[in-house]
Amino acid sequence: MTDTTKPSGARDGGPRLDAVELLGARRENLVPGTPLLEVDDLHVEFATRDGIAKAVNGVSYSVSAGETLAVLGESGSGKSVTAQAIMGILDMPPGRITAGKILFRGQDLLRMSSKARRAVRGRKIAMIFQDALSSLNPVLSVGFQLGEMFRAHHGTSRKEAKDKAIELMERVRIPAARQRVNDFPHQFSGGMRQRIMIAMALSMEPDLIIADEPTTALDVTVQAQVMDLLAELQAEFHMGLILITHDLGVVADVADKIAVMYAGRIVETSPVHELYARPAHPYTKGLLNSIPRLDQKGQNLYAIQGLPPSLLKIPTGCAFNPRCDRTQDRCLVELPPLVPVLDAEGADLPGRHSACHFWKETLHG
Amino acid sequence: MGRYVVRRVIQAIPVILGATFLIYALVFLLPGDPIQALAGERRADPTVVAMLHNRYHLDDPFFLQYWHYLVGLFQGDFGEDYRGNAVVDVMTRAFPYTINLALTALVIEMVVGVVAGVIAALRRGRFIDNLVLISTLMVISIPTFVIGFVLQLLLGVKLHTDYGIDFFPVSFNEDAGFRAYLLPAYVLASTSLAYIARLTRTSLIEVMRADYVRTAVAKGLSPLRVVVRHGLRNALIPIVTFLGMDLGSLMGGAVITEGIFNIPGIGHQLFQSVYLRERTIVVGVVSALVLVYLFTNLVVDLLYAVLDPRIRYE
Repeated sequence: MTDTTKPSGARDGGPRLDAVELLGARRENLVPGTPLLEVDDLHVEFATRDGIAKAVNGVSYSVSAGETLAVLGESGSGKSVTAQAIMGILDMPPGRITAGKILFRGQDLLRMSSKARRAVRGRKIAMIFQDALSSLNPVLSVGFQLGEMFRAHHGTSRKEAKDKAIELMERVRIPAARQRVNDFPHQFSGGMRQRIMIAMALSMEPDLIIADEPTTALDVTVQAQVMDLLAELQAEFHMGLILITHDLGVVADVADKIAVMYAGRIVETSPVHELYARPAHPYTKGLLNSIPRLDQKGQNLYAIQGLPPSLLKIPTGCAFNPRCDRTQDRCLVELPPLVPVLDAEGADLPGRHSACHFWKETLHG
Repeated sequence: MGRYVVRRVIQAIPVILGATFLIYALVFLLPGDPIQALAGERRADPTVVAMLHNRYHLDDPFFLQYWHYLVGLFQGDFGEDYRGNAVVDVMTRAFPYTINLALTALVIEMVVGVVAGVIAALRRGRFIDNLVLISTLMVISIPTFVIGFVLQLLLGVKLHTDYGIDFFPVSFNEDAGFRAYLLPAYVLASTSLAYIARLTRTSLIEVMRADYVRTAVAKGLSPLRVVVRHGLRNALIPIVTFLGMDLGSLMGGAVITEGIFNIPGIGHQLFQSVYLRERTIVVGVVSALVLVYLFTNLVVDLLYAVLDPRIRYE
């Protein structure tokens, strides 16, 4: 696919680690600078009644240990589907991974046996879901659900698992953990439930955590607490973090780099603060302009015109062309590749890519 | 919780009274003289008829008769039938057969139904799923007495005469012990079994789509653990309700099955008593069945709170 110019699969074809080796691999052993996880040209589609929905169309990104990648995009942009493909929890069928690699410590997760995959899941890569109430089992106590991680992965006894669960609950600062360990999810507040989800993800001290809109279901004050906790724990364990969100505000404080997705492709990548200062893609620009600002109180809020495309019928050329104010004839036919962008003097801007034919005009204009 | 139980028990009283009244009235409305029914085709001796009428208050107005019955009931006396047998004795003789039959049927429908439903749900759209769906549809559409007679012929008669395997008694035979209940229990359970298989399938398919099952998979749990601990545990809640309700139906619905296999249980007794206008027996048996219904319903409701911690009874 043309829109992937990021280095990919450097160690492809190298010796395959087996699951045991992979589990034994220590974070410290990782060569500095080598990514923990590399998604390379991933394609996912879904068979639906009305045809094939192309949810992910050649996504590539990478995360290193201790790094936070924010994946930004509106619903249907393919950000969650990519995450589910990494976790191996896509519903297949109707989902299908048609191309691409997902390298974790250099080993392709997509070519692993389901058993080896299961050993990685939860233990080396863990996930935090959006709605903690529906993501926790309503009929099992939180202590059981936390302890289950130790029992399933380490064969810990039931009693020991409960002690571990209490420890975890204390670690994510749930008050009176010992008294509350036998409570059920519905007996906790939204913020506390999300803490339990975080505790569950942390239990095996994974290398990578994928957080799929972890704060969307929470109210604003609690959002900040949960994000702070997540960032703090990430730093403590030196984990990689993929933060999936549609909320630009959440991203700014915690992310190192951002990938913006639209219609199943990455349209822009950038270190976090540069993106806010100078977007290089009209879509990103539109998103930033539609954040309400205090100094524009009383004015109409900017909104990107139109609707996101149907994944069954993604427009030819640039998928954003029906909504873009820069659209030219070229945009209707030619798919813009994700290319490195340069500053006004022609010098390289590290980490910055844009999939727009007119990135120069967008960035500098 | 304790108060809830007390309230439910108090609520049961008018239900029982209403049931006895309805049944008493319905049997009263049946045409024909019960004393004449005792004599069959022969003319009964008028003096004997008059004596018995007097003894059982049969010439009193309906409400007075019902009142006599109620007064007896509150003194723990279920009355006697027109031959002088105590109704309590008749019931205690018949009930064990029906309880054995119904419990065996309940176990069969629970085990076979849930297993079939789980397999169908996990192999959705495949051959085994279609097999479960079609076979259960057939069982639901065929009346119980047809299934009963066919299985009686195939497994009770043919298996013995053609293959020499004498495992299922054709007619109920106390010497055969537990074996005697297997075939009739299966027949009795068949319709409910089909419903349970379908209910389990639907419920499990629904639950397996839930977010918390996705979480369980993401935790790296084994497929067996995901299905049993996180899927089935939740999917079973509606099935337990169905099973609880069904125990009452199984006992009351045993009339046909007990008839086919000649089991001297409560259904058999009920059928004969209606035929003979044995009002006291009919009312006694039906009231006992109503009690079973009420009791199992209460147990199911309490079990709900155990299965689903979100439910609390204050």
